[in-house]
Amino acid sequence: MTQRYVLVLALLLTLVGLSMFVYKWQVLSFPLTENQETSVWTIESSISFDSGPGSIKVNLHIPTLTPGFRTLNENSVSRGYGFSLNYGSGGREAQWAIRRADGRQTIYYRISVFEDESSEQADTTPPFPPPPAINEPFRTAVDVIVAEVREHSADTTSFTTELLRRLNDPSPDPNVELLMSDVESDVDFVDVATMMLASARIPARMVRGFELSGRQRNADLEPWLEIHDGDRWRFFNPTTGEENLPDRFFIWWRGNEQLINVEGGSNVEVDFAVQEAHLDAVAIAKSQAAKSGATMFDFSLYSLPIQTQAVYAVLLMIPIGALVMVVMRNIVGIDAFGTFMPVLIALAFRETKLVWGIVLFTVLIALGLSIRFLLERLRLLLVPRLSAVLIVVVLLMLLISFVSHKMGMETGLSVALFPMVIIAMTIERMSVVWEERGPVDAMRGGGGSLVVATIAYIFMGLGWLEHLIFTFPELLLIVLALVLLAGRYTGYRLLELGRFKALINN
Amino acid sequence: MFATARKLREAGVLGLNERNAEFIMRLNPRRLYPRVDDKALTKQLALEAGMAVPDLYGIIDNQGDVRRFGEIVADHDSFVVKPAQGSGGDGILVITGRSKRKRDTFRRSSGLLITEAEIAHHLSNIVSGQYSLSGNPDKALIEYCVHFDPVFAEVSYQGVPDIRVIVYRGYPAMAMVRLPTRASDGKANLHQGAVGAGVDIALGVTLNGVLQNEIVDDHPDTGALIAGLEIPQWDFILESAARGYEVSGLGYLGVDMVIDRDRGPLMLEMNARPGLNIQIANGIGISARIRRIDEIYDAEETPAERAATARREFSAHRQLQML
Repeated sequence: MTQRYVLVLALLLTLVGLSMFVYKWQVLSFPLTENQETSVWTIESSISFDSGPGSIKVNLHIPTLTPGFRTLNENSVSRGYGFSLNYGSGGREAQWAIRRADGRQTIYYRISVFEDESSEQADTTPPFPPPPAINEPFRTAVDVIVAEVREHSADTTSFTTELLRRLNDPSPDPNVELLMSDVESDVDFVDVATMMLASARIPARMVRGFELSGRQRNADLEPWLEIHDGDRWRFFNPTTGEENLPDRFFIWWRGNEQLINVEGGSNVEVDFAVQEAHLDAVAIAKSQAAKSGATMFDFSLYSLPIQTQAVYAVLLMIPIGALVMVVMRNIVGIDAFGTFMPVLIALAFRETKLVWGIVLFTVLIALGLSIRFLLERLRLLLVPRLSAVLIVVVLLMLLISFVSHKMGMETGLSVALFPMVIIAMTIERMSVVWEERGPVDAMRGGGGSLVVATIAYIFMGLGWLEHLIFTFPELLLIVLALVLLAGRYTGYRLLELGRFKALINN
Repeated sequence: MFATARKLREAGVLGLNERNAEFIMRLNPRRLYPRVDDKALTKQLALEAGMAVPDLYGIIDNQGDVRRFGEIVADHDSFVVKPAQGSGGDGILVITGRSKRKRDTFRRSSGLLITEAEIAHHLSNIVSGQYSLSGNPDKALIEYCVHFDPVFAEVSYQGVPDIRVIVYRGYPAMAMVRLPTRASDGKANLHQGAVGAGVDIALGVTLNGVLQNEIVDDHPDTGALIAGLEIPQWDFILESAARGYEVSGLGYLGVDMVIDRDRGPLMLEMNARPGLNIQIANGIGISARIRRIDEIYDAEETPAERAATARREFSAHRQLQML
């Protein structure tokens, strides 16, 4: 019965811990490993124009959504202008307005984005486009080409590829030539392609954006073709007909509208500058969480003051040490002095480093023990004797620090980090065991403590584990579940296998 | 590794984790622990239940009383000092006599001399709680020193051999004799190097001995054969052990008995967490016997009836081989 409760509880804890962990990892993008950096691109569009006499209204298409990217933040610098965001047919539009302005004006719009595989196009399926109204003789040309392409294709995707191949043919047939007669730019070309796809009742639209790479000035907007195959949007390279979207292709806006429309201004120039920066993934996750209003981050350690964070970075590893203790005692069966003494020693080892830690610990215990045996002759009462041992331990620490400093070994100074009360208790306990059960048992207990402390130190010092626990403290629920399970472990301890060997029936 | 664990499981060997989780936690309610952890209380409860225990000369329960020590032992040449809440035999001082020349100097069981001042220091350590399980202030018991029955004289080195009986739900399940050695400093504690010898519950006869998990035929100090010793008043010992269940209320219990030359079997102490070495001493796992007791358990049976049931059920598997 108890067994089942423990199992259920452990399962619940694991589930809660794991789901919180997965949520923070997948949804809030908390990094799994330390110093994980993510590229953040800041794209700045500067709009400049000569102001006219009257009021000015500037409409700029701005990015709405690109698969594989997420917005970190955006802002606009426009002194004196009123700013508003609208949704148009081509996605979001920023609008700046001012009653009066003098001279040449410059407005900045800046957006920072980062790559995120999990961001997908959350677009609804568009309706079938109505057949576009086309004048003769283009009407016939379009019908002929669409019919021919349909012959040579199986589905929407192959239709698009075939269509683009024909339109791009260096020696085009007369119908294509007719349609291409007015095409002067890539944009016009994609316009024609979307028109023809619409004739075939395929939802298609032009997207414009640019490939993000390092630092760019005057980045050129490239047109790309996007069609809907009834299931999802697909991207096509208009010049090659290949279905793809280049890595890091960032879509600025969709549709065939103009990028910008300035009422009451002239000589409009729009310039795009791209800059790449590396930001700590934690910082990105933080701002993402803040933006989406996820309260999870309020409970994250990163929201605490730096000093407190430093304390918790250490404290949160203590449960790991405790888990090591549980495994060593209940599953392996090693004897150690004091329940958590090895964990505290392991904490001290973090500062002294392992070899020096073991040396200092051994020296301290050995000196303390010999002085404890001298004290034994004085026949002191227990509490005063313990206090005397504690004072001696403090003095010994001081002595070790002095001696090692004089000898130029600065590591010796870190002896001060040993938990002196615990050391004093260990010395007392060890001396009692020494007297009652002999030096062998005392050494075995002391050695066992040191072994467990070393193993605990190794686990508590794992950098990736520390980062993981610090970023995802809910993983401690899983540690708790493991400890609970170990609490109901009724199998043999590893060392018992040897101890009871004689009882195996042959 | 897993194969070894499986074989041990098949042999019915009880491990520490299983003992703690399945038996101690389930059958030994914590509120009853003081009945066995405080030897003064154990002694009192046992006396009320009509069990034979060593006479109590005096209890010292505070530092001020330590000087009463001389007065308490004035009429006794031999006695034992023990912490009421000690564990594993820690803190027990056995005094077997006084120095001929100086009355305030005593002779320990090891033959070494110890002064009254040294004993007083030991007493104050006990009272401070140095040996108590929790580290809390403790009491020191000064009681009758058992003159052990010569039956074990050949197989003991100083100290007092005792008989440990594991009592499961009131039924004696397994027993062993613990024989002090030079290494154990006269203490009947297997951890400290005493020899453990299994006992055939049905016959009250010792089996082979075990020293530090190794099977031995002879006592390491005296060289005498360990197996085949007949324990006197075995019936009474088993019945007393079974009665420990009523006294303590604990379902998984270790009862320690000694046989005094003059007074017969005496109950020394009881233990709520008896060790598992008894399995090695008997050469058999305890699990099968525990299961058998669960089958035949009868709440109506008296201690004497339970002892008889145990004698009927648990004949040592090595019995035939020995005879």
